[in-house]
Amino acid sequence: MSESSAQQAHVHAPSTGFWRKYVFSLDHKVIGKQYYALALAAVFTGMILSWLMRIHLVWPEAKIPGLELLSKAGAPGGVMTPEYYLSLLTMHGTLMVFFVLTNAPFAAFGNYFLPIQIGAEDMAFPRFNMMSFWITFLAWVVLMLAFVIPDGPPIAGWTEYTPLSAIGKDAGPGMQWGASLWGLSIAIFCAASLLGSLNFIATTLDLRAKGMTLMRMPLCTWAWFITSCIALLAFAVLLPACILLILDRHAGTSFFIPAGIVASDRVQPHSGGSPLLWQHLFWFFGHPEVYIAILPSMGIVSHILINSMRKPLLSARVVIYSMMSIGFLSYMVWGHHMFLSGMNPMSALAFSFPTLTITIPATVLTLIWLGSLYGANIQVNSASLFALGFISMFVSGGVSGFFLAQPSIDIYLHATYFVVGHFHMVMGVASLFGVFAGTYFWFPKMTGRFMNEGLGKLHFWITFIGAYCIFMPFHYLGLIGNVRRYQSFVNDFMAPYIPLHKFITIAALITGGAPFISLINVVQSRFRGKWAPEHPWNATSLEWSIPSPPPWNNFGDRHPVVYHDPYQYGIKAAKGDFVMQDSPEQVPAVGD
Amino acid sequence: MASTTTTAVAPVGISGQTLARTPVKVAAADRASRSGIWVGLFAITMSFMAFTSALFVREGSLDWGHLVLPSILYLNTFVLLASSGTFELARRHMAAAAQGRIQSSELGKIWMLATLVLGFGFCAGQYTAWQSLRAHGVYLATNPNSSFFYVLTFIHVLHVLGGIAAFGYLLLKTVLRGASVWRSFLENTAIYWHFMGVLWVYLLLLCRMKLQ
Amino acid sequence: MGKFFAVVLVVIALASAYPIVKHHFPLPEDISTHGHLIDKQLHETMVEAGIAFVGAQLVLALFLWSFTGRKPGAPLKSFPGGAKGLVIFAFVIVGLEVLALGVLGQKAWASVYFTPAKADALQVQAQAEQFAFYFRYAGPDGKFGQIHPEKIDEGNQNYFGLDPENDVAARDDIVSGELVIPVNKEVHLMLHGKDVGHSFYVRELRIQQDFVPGLDLSVHFTATKTGKYEIVCTQLCGLGHYNMKAYLNVMSQADFDAWLKQQSQ
Repeated sequence: MSESSAQQAHVHAPSTGFWRKYVFSLDHKVIGKQYYALALAAVFTGMILSWLMRIHLVWPEAKIPGLELLSKAGAPGGVMTPEYYLSLLTMHGTLMVFFVLTNAPFAAFGNYFLPIQIGAEDMAFPRFNMMSFWITFLAWVVLMLAFVIPDGPPIAGWTEYTPLSAIGKDAGPGMQWGASLWGLSIAIFCAASLLGSLNFIATTLDLRAKGMTLMRMPLCTWAWFITSCIALLAFAVLLPACILLILDRHAGTSFFIPAGIVASDRVQPHSGGSPLLWQHLFWFFGHPEVYIAILPSMGIVSHILINSMRKPLLSARVVIYSMMSIGFLSYMVWGHHMFLSGMNPMSALAFSFPTLTITIPATVLTLIWLGSLYGANIQVNSASLFALGFISMFVSGGVSGFFLAQPSIDIYLHATYFVVGHFHMVMGVASLFGVFAGTYFWFPKMTGRFMNEGLGKLHFWITFIGAYCIFMPFHYLGLIGNVRRYQSFVNDFMAPYIPLHKFITIAALITGGAPFISLINVVQSRFRGKWAPEHPWNATSLEWSIPSPPPWNNFGDRHPVVYHDPYQYGIKAAKGDFVMQDSPEQVPAVGD
Repeated sequence: MASTTTTAVAPVGISGQTLARTPVKVAAADRASRSGIWVGLFAITMSFMAFTSALFVREGSLDWGHLVLPSILYLNTFVLLASSGTFELARRHMAAAAQGRIQSSELGKIWMLATLVLGFGFCAGQYTAWQSLRAHGVYLATNPNSSFFYVLTFIHVLHVLGGIAAFGYLLLKTVLRGASVWRSFLENTAIYWHFMGVLWVYLLLLCRMKLQ
Repeated sequence: MGKFFAVVLVVIALASAYPIVKHHFPLPEDISTHGHLIDKQLHETMVEAGIAFVGAQLVLALFLWSFTGRKPGAPLKSFPGGAKGLVIFAFVIVGLEVLALGVLGQKAWASVYFTPAKADALQVQAQAEQFAFYFRYAGPDGKFGQIHPEKIDEGNQNYFGLDPENDVAARDDIVSGELVIPVNKEVHLMLHGKDVGHSFYVRELRIQQDFVPGLDLSVHFTATKTGKYEIVCTQLCGLGHYNMKAYLNVMSQADFDAWLKQQSQ
């Protein structure tokens, strides 16, 4: 499966022609940017969906301008129906988890920077790489089609539990074709993701430059590598699950549907299937998936923090081992999403222990980050603000996981806003902070210009404070038993908490302005940003040893040679307080 | 596991001609494609493990029945394993021809053709198995046993067809165009092909033990 | 800006902790026999999580205050003990905590799931469907009639698909839209899902359990206080999910017996 024929001198030829250069490019840098652009489209869509949901929750009779154009059935006169709320909820989750959190920190930045950081000319399989992006794009198109079909998007949530998602149109609106489009889209996404992971793994193992041992790889490269290993196994399980779901929906099989179900006054013609089977298969993928979402950001944040602090972490090796442990443990905990699902209660305890154990490497990482800040010389800029903010958000989001890991507490907190607060803080905020940090940090590398610092800082402060205003109250609401996935709060006990929900909605609307500021910043800076010098951050890893933006084959005709680890900071050296990774300059012997 | 180029300084292609890539880049690309194939096979294994666990869970239901496996499956097994055999013969012949140990690679090309024919034969045989089940009124949704049988065998055949496509590409380049092909491509396709045989034996045993 | 960040962090940490410390979001009153175990577990976890949360944010704030905006050329220092000390701390402290919560936490879980219902518990069947809960009592004969899915008829209020003509046990079954139970008596609630996944949640009872179509699941509990409490569905089941609720009505034994007698007529 080697990519090139004998006659080519390089992994692939320099791109010529519009289509090869900008559309079906084999260049990992272009592909990385394409993933980023797709993630941008998905995140703005997902965010607008969350606005619509938040508005409807507190002002259910509101006529939302333009909503009727999106769906006449879902929002007659601009007033959202209960089922359409669930449709938007499902699409919000699906877009955000798959097309934003798997794409942006991992596929986008990983594709762009992993080959460069290990000293390679491109990924191992550029054609597969190009295919993996366009197949992801196809998956996105198939998913978005659910918005335009008459019955609308599915209403079963991004988790699409069976039998609700399997019995077809008798289950309710959106469950005839919308759910099938969901299943097809995710199946296609799985295939694309597998191709992508294949590339990352083979490239990391085999295309490292001379002197680039595994332990000398930057922490973000390690994070992308570990993530790709996790993703390979996780998506390999979700794909069969989606296939079986599609068969139940359209081929009359009964993998997930038991006998005797009566929906819409019809006895469903199925028997023997297991709804729990779907949950097991889904969460076997679903839990590693959330670590796929956070690990790359951990790597990116570590990488940027070190540069901003002008000193290495207390131990890069410990960080690597912690990330590996998290990756390993992530496969043992999926049942903690299913404590109350009806599975054997003994299993609940069995899953609870590794879940609680994951706290250990997560704590190690946090303590290393914090401990490394001690005595540092922290440079404050947009990139480092987001990296530092990540630590705060990761702690906040992480401690609530501590509650949910215990089955007895989960009896009370399951399916409440406590859970929603937990995963939004770790995934929706912390993980995205890694993406933002990476954007500000690597923008000069990708374009040769700086992003506007003023706008960047504004983006940070609105997002940081706003995210706390939105998601911290979710935990309090969970504590009083506010149930999730409700389009309206009609329970007696919810009445006193509606004002808090209004506060959250307003905070969300304001905070949501920040990404627009960032988008304007990206576009404006791309064309009119301040030119960046050769060493904009005085950074050490290999991406900074090549021009900005990098040439098509990254290192030109030279083969980079690496002499030491990428975190030689805080030392007296020729260029200042740092030594680049490919510099043969002598560095003081350090512990790791 | 990593394939190496020949001992000559300039790398040599499958048909013996000199290649333009530097030895370092060739070696790296070969190693990467070898890693790639094993990683890919690992993912395929995981997927079939997912199907297997679905089968074990589903087996616990009251409506689990019995499926009489069509006897042609055993012939198909023989055909697929035979194709692995012919592929191995082909691979060794082509390697020997490239290293100049034998005169021509014609016999190797014949073995490759035989592999292709046997591969198609397996797929045709699987199709016949499905037809025979349908003739007995056993379809995809008839009972859970049949569902798993059809799903497992169909997905396996899809993967075999993928291997045939790669193999067909290989054959085309070698036989018709006379162009050189990386030896690693041939070897990687061989690994994939043999794996499909091993996987099939596993699936057959699984079906025998669990679905009947 | 580093110092401003530090101040913001302190404000956020304290502001986040404040509502918890001041009990602004109290748990609903506990009306169950096992709930105190859950509440204790939750409280302990809150203290530990709270210390970890506030502690980490304050440490981050302190370091941001101290180590941003330093003079160029300021000496770099390393955290005393280095990585080793922190790793040991994480393993020991977090390890102990994890062990404690995991091991001690079993009690609450066990009391709900590992102890079987008492032999003389009141047997009630709960059915969850799109979008309502119905409850069935066995009636004087103590036997539940069989459920026939094809006989389910919402229009005629035959929610359970009973066949009283042919099924003797079904004739005296009592079906109610409200879960009425006597106080201080163990109830064995058998959960039957009619169509898709649902869940049974009563906050005050500290009970939550999914309904899984095709699976016979059950929970048991004892209510310790009379009154009406809301039962809500917590598993996404379709467009009416938000409105799917019923009431748990805990009565004195005498009132319950009277109610049961009245339903039989």
